[in-house]
Amino acid sequence: MPMQAIPLPEQFIHLLASVVLLLSFAMLAQRRIRTLIHLFALQGAALVCSTLIVAWSSGQHHLYYSAALTLALKVIVLPLILYRLTDRLDLRWDTETGLRIPTTMLVGVVLVVFAFGLAQPISSLAGSVTQSTLGIAIAVVMLAFLMMITRRKAVTQVIGFLAMENGLFFAATSATNGMPMVVEFGIALDVLVGAIILGIFFFQIREQFDSLDLHHLERLKEE
Amino acid sequence: MEMLILLALPLCGAALLALVGARRRAAEVNVAFSLATLVAGGFLTARVIEQGPQLYWNEAFFVDPFNVFLVALTAFVNFTTALFSRRYMRIEERHGRLSASRLRLYHSMYQLFMFTMLVALLTNNMGILWVAMEAATLSTVLLVSLYRTSASLEAAWKYFILCGVGIAQALFGTILLYFAAERVLGHAGMSALLWTQLDAVKGELEPTVLAIAFAFLLVGYGTKVGLAPLHNWLPDAHAEGPTPVSAVLSGLLLNVALYAVIRCKVLVEGSIRSELPGQMLMFFGLVSVLVAAFMLWRQKDIKRLFGYSSIEHMGIITFAFGMGGPVANFAALLHMTVHSLAKSAIFFAVGHAVQKAGTQQMDDIRGLLTLSPALGWGLMLGSLAILGMPPFGVFASEFLILTTAMREQPWATPLLLLALGVAFAAVFGRAQSMVFGPPSVAKLPEPPSLLPVFVHLALVLMLGLWIPPFLAGWYRLAAGMIG
Amino acid sequence: MTGAALITQLFAVAVAVLVAPLFLGWVNMCRAWLQNRSAPPLTQPYRMIRKLLRKDAVIATDASPLFVFAPYVIFGSMVTAAAIIPALALDLPFARAADAIALVGLFATARVFVALAAIDTGTAFGTLGARREMMLGFLAEPALLMVFFTASLIAGSTELPVIADMHQYHALAIHPGLAFAAIAFLMVLLAENARIPVDNPATHLELTMIHEAMVLEYSARHLALIEWASALKLFNYACIGFALFVPWGVARDLDSPQVLALALVVLCAKLLVCGAVLALIETLNAKIRIFRAPEFLALAFMLAVLGLLVRLLLQS
Repeated sequence: MPMQAIPLPEQFIHLLASVVLLLSFAMLAQRRIRTLIHLFALQGAALVCSTLIVAWSSGQHHLYYSAALTLALKVIVLPLILYRLTDRLDLRWDTETGLRIPTTMLVGVVLVVFAFGLAQPISSLAGSVTQSTLGIAIAVVMLAFLMMITRRKAVTQVIGFLAMENGLFFAATSATNGMPMVVEFGIALDVLVGAIILGIFFFQIREQFDSLDLHHLERLKEE
Repeated sequence: MEMLILLALPLCGAALLALVGARRRAAEVNVAFSLATLVAGGFLTARVIEQGPQLYWNEAFFVDPFNVFLVALTAFVNFTTALFSRRYMRIEERHGRLSASRLRLYHSMYQLFMFTMLVALLTNNMGILWVAMEAATLSTVLLVSLYRTSASLEAAWKYFILCGVGIAQALFGTILLYFAAERVLGHAGMSALLWTQLDAVKGELEPTVLAIAFAFLLVGYGTKVGLAPLHNWLPDAHAEGPTPVSAVLSGLLLNVALYAVIRCKVLVEGSIRSELPGQMLMFFGLVSVLVAAFMLWRQKDIKRLFGYSSIEHMGIITFAFGMGGPVANFAALLHMTVHSLAKSAIFFAVGHAVQKAGTQQMDDIRGLLTLSPALGWGLMLGSLAILGMPPFGVFASEFLILTTAMREQPWATPLLLLALGVAFAAVFGRAQSMVFGPPSVAKLPEPPSLLPVFVHLALVLMLGLWIPPFLAGWYRLAAGMIG
Repeated sequence: MTGAALITQLFAVAVAVLVAPLFLGWVNMCRAWLQNRSAPPLTQPYRMIRKLLRKDAVIATDASPLFVFAPYVIFGSMVTAAAIIPALALDLPFARAADAIALVGLFATARVFVALAAIDTGTAFGTLGARREMMLGFLAEPALLMVFFTASLIAGSTELPVIADMHQYHALAIHPGLAFAAIAFLMVLLAENARIPVDNPATHLELTMIHEAMVLEYSARHLALIEWASALKLFNYACIGFALFVPWGVARDLDSPQVLALALVVLCAKLLVCGAVLALIETLNAKIRIFRAPEFLALAFMLAVLGLLVRLLLQS
């Protein structure tokens, strides 16, 4: 397939989508918590760039506001909250994982294949400039979900949760040229409040258990 | 106008209580706001009775027979729970389990939670529906962990993560819905997300996309309804949170989540024109009923017991909606109403029983009738009501559902009967041993708040014998719309 | 097979064999500069080879004939690989003889022989090194193959000259799959050539060695050949990387010697940059523990597979 048939903005969007997917995998394999937050911020930055390119190439101005909102929230505010949290709670490493890291990566690749398969019938109907990136968006969501399942520390679960929101935002911009601004504001507000509540929550957990290892949170079983 | 007041009241209440919630009169302020919300809700209901379905604010809000009675129910249970929580929380404070600052958090989050539920019920915008559901989860997370014990922290964490992941799936489903809608309605303004607009063009929406969207929406919102196998958060959250929170979770939040599922089901069924959504609902509903019924036997904690009972009843309602048709839908809507009233009544009684006994373990609660007859009878009658004894309303709706099942889905009837029978035996046996016999409970420092219990039970009784004509009319119209 | 082509082929092989130690010297020099030491001269590897060639070989009494002719096999396979890889010119006669997958097979041959020779003498460290090398190779080979597959999917063929040609034919296009494959290839290069972070080439602690442990028993001309073969392996890997990802400057046809001279200059420039980058990577990273090496390579494999998937998804 001749590559010059795809216009340049779309190639850039493909590149940024691939970077987002790569960062998802990197987060899956990462053990240091501060680096995990860096990667999350980078993923947000890649999303902002992608949204800006879509906004410029398709002429939809509300996407500029959406990109600004994502920048403020996912690249600046949320990582800041997470940095302060990890500083106050003195968290460094999350060495124990549910599965070993090579196995996790293998499962991740299987999920990526599944996500691409799921996206095929949908993206064949889309007409936007970013139709083929829907598969990547679904893959990012699934990888974040995998990260949430296989990790032990509460902070990494939270970062997985936020990465899932990143994937969903990417899906919204890639499949539908962005949701209406009111909805976006609502979602952003939810994410922010969720992060704040989680922050409060961590302190409560820490106070009670003196650790943020989730082993302690497994006592409530069926009698 | 009523809409604005109805929505503004809980929001203002939340803001005000965030400031003054630690004072002595905070509980009364809470009750006052809830009463005002109820009055506003009453006015809105009256207007809808007169004028029929309404669209407000440039089609952003929508009131039709399906959500009007839910709004009224929400406002009513909101008020009675606030009334109950006034005495209950005072006793908790006297027992030393809560401090004044925690009560401030509790009161403001309570009003905020009411606000989010009313927004979820009244909004016409599927995106805002999602935002409100997520906000409802967030406002109750901190409430579940209010007591700060290790068990409550674990319950709240599980609640947050499970419901958060579920809600994320629902967001994806909403995105797909928007995607399908955009191709038909265009993306000018927000018309592609408005339920009324989508309902008008549902035949033209792309079936494959909507089928995938429904799968995600069912899993997502279904987690919040407590459908098995995604129900794990529910018993823990009910057991570890304060009793008023358990009452509103069971009585109100599950209903609102199911409302969201059914709104989506209407759209999807109109698009794919097959039995698939109904079958999925039936499947999940039946599985929930069976899982819950058999789990009921193993419970030792009274609130977990009734948490599983909620899962069972939501399973029955989901099954009925899955069957579809005018009778089943009517029965399901009636069941939503009476379950909400009966379950919250039970939780009120249970709350005070636990306070008297000082423990949530059922083996240690005995002889409520001897020391406090009103409470004992309240618990007994509530259990009978929720188990489907005639003449309470639950019997009427369950009867309708079972007869429709026998006609249309005969294979499911023995399973349903089995589950209902098992649940009856489990709960009744427990309730009997708690109410009768030599007492093992103490007196409370303040008189318990039993008026809400009996008011609710009276309403359930009334609905079992006579349904007001406007209510029956709404049920019929809504049943017809749901299809 | 024209005369000019044959001469160019021989010239390319000669360049590879002669420039490889120079490349190794350049990498060592950059490393020394980055680590704030004074650097050994650029021709140090040549001196080492010359020193070794002049010595007498000492062979263990119970070593089999395999031990003696393994270095020749290894060196030979590296020279053959150098003949196949289009470092200077695309249309060379030997290049049609084998494609990328056969190339992987050639590297595998070399690896098998070096491992067998290490086990041959029966020493503990030899076996240790051989086992570790095999573990790494077992993981690195699929990753390398995946990288080749990604590039082949884009170019439509597994022959290296065609792959190298694809960038030059088509307009500049950003291939995200190829970007993933490039990162995976870099990781495989580091692992296969015994570079930090997988293996420290300058270590003298036997328990941390992978590659060095296998050649502990060798001396004199055998050791010289093996050292030369490792330098040639690094050179080959670098040239494969250039052919897959930055092939501009390679001579498309053999019309005039100027084109070839230009190709040579461009190759030297690329080697310069590549050597510096390698030295930088080695300086910035620490050696990972042996049991984490499979993780490292699993990561490379996953990246390569990811590149493949992304390519498949984004082109449809």
